[in-house]
Amino acid sequence: MIELVDICREFTVGEERVQALKKVNLLIEQGEYASIMGPSGSGKSTLLNVLGLLDTPDSGQYLLNGSNVAQLSDDELAARRQAVIGFVFQSFHLISRMTALENVELPMTLSGLSASNRKQRAQQMLERTGLADRMGHRPDQLSGGQRQRVAIARSIVMQPRLLLADEPTGNLDSKSGSEVLTLLEELNDEGITLVMVTHDQAIGDRSRLSLRMYDGELTAKRKP
Amino acid sequence: MRFADSSSIALTAIIRYPLRSSMLLLAIAIGVSAVLMLTSLGEGARTYVTKEFNSLGTNLLIITPGKIEVGGNASAASIGQAARPLTIEDAMAIENSPYIDSILPFIGGSLTINFEGRERNVNIVGTNHNMSEMFDYDMAEGRFLPVIALDKVSQVAVLGDTIASELFQNQNPLGKWLRIGDRRVRVIGVVDQMGQSGSVDVDETAFLPIAFAAQVFNTESVQKMMANPRSADVMEAARKDIIRTVMARHQGHDDITVLDQGAILNTFNSIFLVLTSTLGAIASISLIVAGTLIMNVMLVAVSQRTGEIGLIKALGGQRRQIITLFLTEAAILSFIGAVFGVVLGEGAIYLMREFYPAVEFRAPLWATFAAVAMAVLCGLLFGIMPARRAAALDPIEALASH
Repeated sequence: MIELVDICREFTVGEERVQALKKVNLLIEQGEYASIMGPSGSGKSTLLNVLGLLDTPDSGQYLLNGSNVAQLSDDELAARRQAVIGFVFQSFHLISRMTALENVELPMTLSGLSASNRKQRAQQMLERTGLADRMGHRPDQLSGGQRQRVAIARSIVMQPRLLLADEPTGNLDSKSGSEVLTLLEELNDEGITLVMVTHDQAIGDRSRLSLRMYDGELTAKRKP
Repeated sequence: MRFADSSSIALTAIIRYPLRSSMLLLAIAIGVSAVLMLTSLGEGARTYVTKEFNSLGTNLLIITPGKIEVGGNASAASIGQAARPLTIEDAMAIENSPYIDSILPFIGGSLTINFEGRERNVNIVGTNHNMSEMFDYDMAEGRFLPVIALDKVSQVAVLGDTIASELFQNQNPLGKWLRIGDRRVRVIGVVDQMGQSGSVDVDETAFLPIAFAAQVFNTESVQKMMANPRSADVMEAARKDIIRTVMARHQGHDDITVLDQGAILNTFNSIFLVLTSTLGAIASISLIVAGTLIMNVMLVAVSQRTGEIGLIKALGGQRRQIITLFLTEAAILSFIGAVFGVVLGEGAIYLMREFYPAVEFRAPLWATFAAVAMAVLCGLLFGIMPARRAAALDPIEALASH
């Protein structure tokens, strides 16, 4: 599903050049459950951004479903994101003036789906994430765990093959955190490829593929 | 993304930020109402003048001595050459033209009149019986000038209301003799109070039969004549016939000017149209000022919603879609503001009419539509830069700002 070949990414911070990714090579198969760990500044966010097509590498090849996406234009990248990738963020990124249902509808709204289609699918996703009775609530009327489940419903509503989660439990208490984690793992069991950045070693240990970033370099360890 | 969806997303954003939205609405509303109010001034002036003209009827020819060259340089012959006067005989010849229904000759001046030692300087108008009909005079006492031949001298006068009450105080002026200059004249009527009518201040005027007025002023020349053709269809024929008739009487000299009232009115109309448009254009500068505010407010909106823009990008939103979202928002805001402006402007114009009922202030329909269109256009134009800035945001930085 994902193949990174010699991916490099450099940033200029002040007057200093920082190599966030140094010739990173990685293979992730369809249905994989991968965690990315590492100290802050190690490049794990950059790796997730590159995987999510939000950032383009300076050099190297990124094969997503077999086609090279390393040097596409902004709009082409946006189209790929829409078709293939779902995002779950640490801070949820729900739009506060919209209801849970409208938030889940948003990706479909952007893709031009009709209102009736959208509503039906968004309702299914909210039911799937256990929020059937919260559809008309706005984010400020929901708990943190509920918000993250709305965000997860939104991330899977376009039926992506790849789900990228950036510390999805980072802003949650341990109970909601483990609910959210269970939900993500269930989705993975159903076949979606899950790549998750985390600080939590216990969560990292649950994944089959452990990716560890240190100083822009990646080491991968796959459980048998 | 569908149009209905981008509109509804924009609309929720407008409602979500009531302060900045209402500021913008106010600025645009003021701009639009300014356009409406200023154009209503121009339009009010135009209808006022048109009404004054129309009260005389547009089927009217105005005859003056001397040749006025319209739209060109005066010919050498007409410079330094005194115009030959129009006489009462000329007027009678014109009155006999088959195309002419009636004429109204005019001699004006001022003289002292005297009754039992009370003296007063008054305006004198020498004319005929047609004047009261043409200008809608109501009689307070007696009757207006008698129907007599233009060259017949009859020593009678009709007085304006102010003169009559000041000279005669509580006496009935009818049948009384007074002196005008060195002649005696009998009062046969008093015109009801009516103020200014055309170029005549009726209340301060004494009306005399034209031939008598000519004697009083010791002149032969009629200053001006108005002629009513038999119908609107013979306007041009009547005009030519008048010129031909007077030329024949003036040894072949074409030395009068005949103006068509309708043509003058058309000229006035087009002048006022230009005036109104100019006023509207000046007022629409305020819309451009409002436009800069739109730009400012939309830039604030972009920075307020950076996280949202980042999210939309992550969800696969294209540049064009983000631009559409923000432009839709600017267009909706300016349209709503323009509608408020129309309401505000029409309200102000209503008040103006209440305070000055003489002038019919009314914003022309084209100005209303132009103001609304201009407001929306400003919203779009000044929204482009902020929208493009939003579309150009880096999704990673935008998401991180949340």
